[in-house]
Amino acid sequence: MTSLNVPVNNPIELSAPPSLQFESVEFNPFGHRLFGPCSFKLDGPGPTLVMGPNGAGKSLMLRLAHGLLTPTEGAVSWSGASAPRQAMVFQTPILLRRSALANLRHALAVNNVPRKLRTELALEALARFGLSSCADTPARVLSGGEKQRLALARAWSLSPAVLFLDEPTSALDPAAIKAVELAVQEFHKQGTRVVMTTHDLHQARRLAGDVLFLSEGKVQEHTPADMFFRAPVSRQAQAYLNGELVA
Amino acid sequence: MEENAFYVALSLLVNLDASLYQIVVLSLQVSLLAVLIAAFLGFPLGAAVALWQFPGRGGVVVALNALMGLPPVVAGLGVYLLLSRAGPLGELGLLFTPSAMVIAQVILVLPILAALSRQKVEELLGEYREQFVSLGMSRARMMPTLLWDARFALLTVLLAGFGRASAEVGAVMMVGGNIDGVTRVMTTAIVLETSKGALPLALGLGIVLLTLVMVINATAYILSETAKRRMG
Repeated sequence: MTSLNVPVNNPIELSAPPSLQFESVEFNPFGHRLFGPCSFKLDGPGPTLVMGPNGAGKSLMLRLAHGLLTPTEGAVSWSGASAPRQAMVFQTPILLRRSALANLRHALAVNNVPRKLRTELALEALARFGLSSCADTPARVLSGGEKQRLALARAWSLSPAVLFLDEPTSALDPAAIKAVELAVQEFHKQGTRVVMTTHDLHQARRLAGDVLFLSEGKVQEHTPADMFFRAPVSRQAQAYLNGELVA
Repeated sequence: MEENAFYVALSLLVNLDASLYQIVVLSLQVSLLAVLIAAFLGFPLGAAVALWQFPGRGGVVVALNALMGLPPVVAGLGVYLLLSRAGPLGELGLLFTPSAMVIAQVILVLPILAALSRQKVEELLGEYREQFVSLGMSRARMMPTLLWDARFALLTVLLAGFGRASAEVGAVMMVGGNIDGVTRVMTTAIVLETSKGALPLALGLGIVLLTLVMVINATAYILSETAKRRMG
C-alpha cells in the first residue's frame, strides 16, 4: 500500500480500533419493539460478523451503531471522548449521479478535505480498488461489483476508524465477492473496526474474528468465530448453523 | 395566397421583419429572465421545503401546489397594484416597462419551479438519505448535492416554467400595456392583431411562437436525454 502524507489518510493502524458498547439498547418506533433490549461490547480485534435469520435485527443493529437510527431506550457508546470516524457500505450501494471520481471527491469534500488534495486522494482510492479505468465513468452505469467496490473506495478514502457493512456481497458474483472480502480484510489490517452482516456461512468463516448472533431482535450469543462455528452456545445458533428454520 | 397564415409567418421570418424581430427578442428576454430569476429563488426554496421539517410545512406545500394554477390576470393585477402610481412601489416607475413584465412572470413561474423541485428533491433525498447521514452531512450541505444530482429532472421543471412564462398573456398585458416597440411581446401582439381582424398575421405570429417554444424544448430534451443516458 502506498501511504500519502496527509492527515486524513494517515491511518490509525498503530492504535487499537475503538470499542463499541450497546447498553440496554431498544428500538421500538410507534411502540412496536423491533430491536432489543440488547447489551454487548465489541472490543475484540474483529472483524465482527453479525449473523442471524431474516428479521433478526442485523441491519437495525448496524444502523443503531452507526447513528442512522437513534435508540428509543438505552445508549450506544464508543471508547474515547467522541464518536470515531465511521463509514457504512450498504447492501445496495447509494451512489451519486456523477462520475466515480466525482463521487469520491464529494465524500471528501463533505469531510472537509482541502480541495487541492481531493482528486489525488480519490484517484488513490480508486486505484486501490481497481477502478482507475472507471474514474470518469458515471457511477450508476458501473456493474454491480464495480459499484460495491466504489462504495468501498469511498469508505476507504475517508479513513474510517469503524466500518459497517450491511450484506455487501448479497447480490454479487464470486469474483466480486472475493474483491469485497479482500477489501474488508485490508480495512481490518489497517486497524479499522469492521462490523459486517452476512447470510453466507462460508464468508463468515473466512472473515470473522468474532460472531454476534442475533435472533428476534436480541443477541443470542457473542463468541469468537472458531468457537461459534465449532460449538455454538445458543440453541438458535445451533439451529441456524444446521440449516433449520429459526425465527 | 397572401392571406395564408403559414405564408405570412414564413414571409415574416424570411424577410426578418424588424418589428417581428423586436417582438420575438423582447418575448424571449422577458420570459428567460423571469425563469432564471424564478429558478434562482425557487429551486433552493423547493429543496429547503423538501429537506426541513417545520410547523406549517404541509401548508407551504399545499400553497405552492395551489399557486401553480395562479391565474395570470390575478398575478398581473397584484403586480399592477404594487407598481401603480399610488402603490407601495409606485415611485420606482416600473409599470408598463419590461421590468414589470419580468416581475409578474417571476410570480407566475416561481410556484411551479418551487413545487416541482420540492417533489424531485424529496424523491432523491429518499434514495440518498442514509448515505448522507452516514457521511455526516448537514441538511444545508445536502441541498447543493441534491440540486446538482436532480439536474436533469430540474431542467424539465425549468422548461415547464418557461412554457408557462412564454405562453401567458394576461399578466404581461396588464403590467406591460402592449406598447408598440416597448412592451409588445408575441402573446400580446397576437391578441391585438386578432382584435384588429388581422387574422393571418395573428396566426403567423402564433406559428412563430409555437416554433420557438418547440425548438427550445427540443434542444433541452435532446441535451437532457443524452446526458441522462450517459449518466445512467
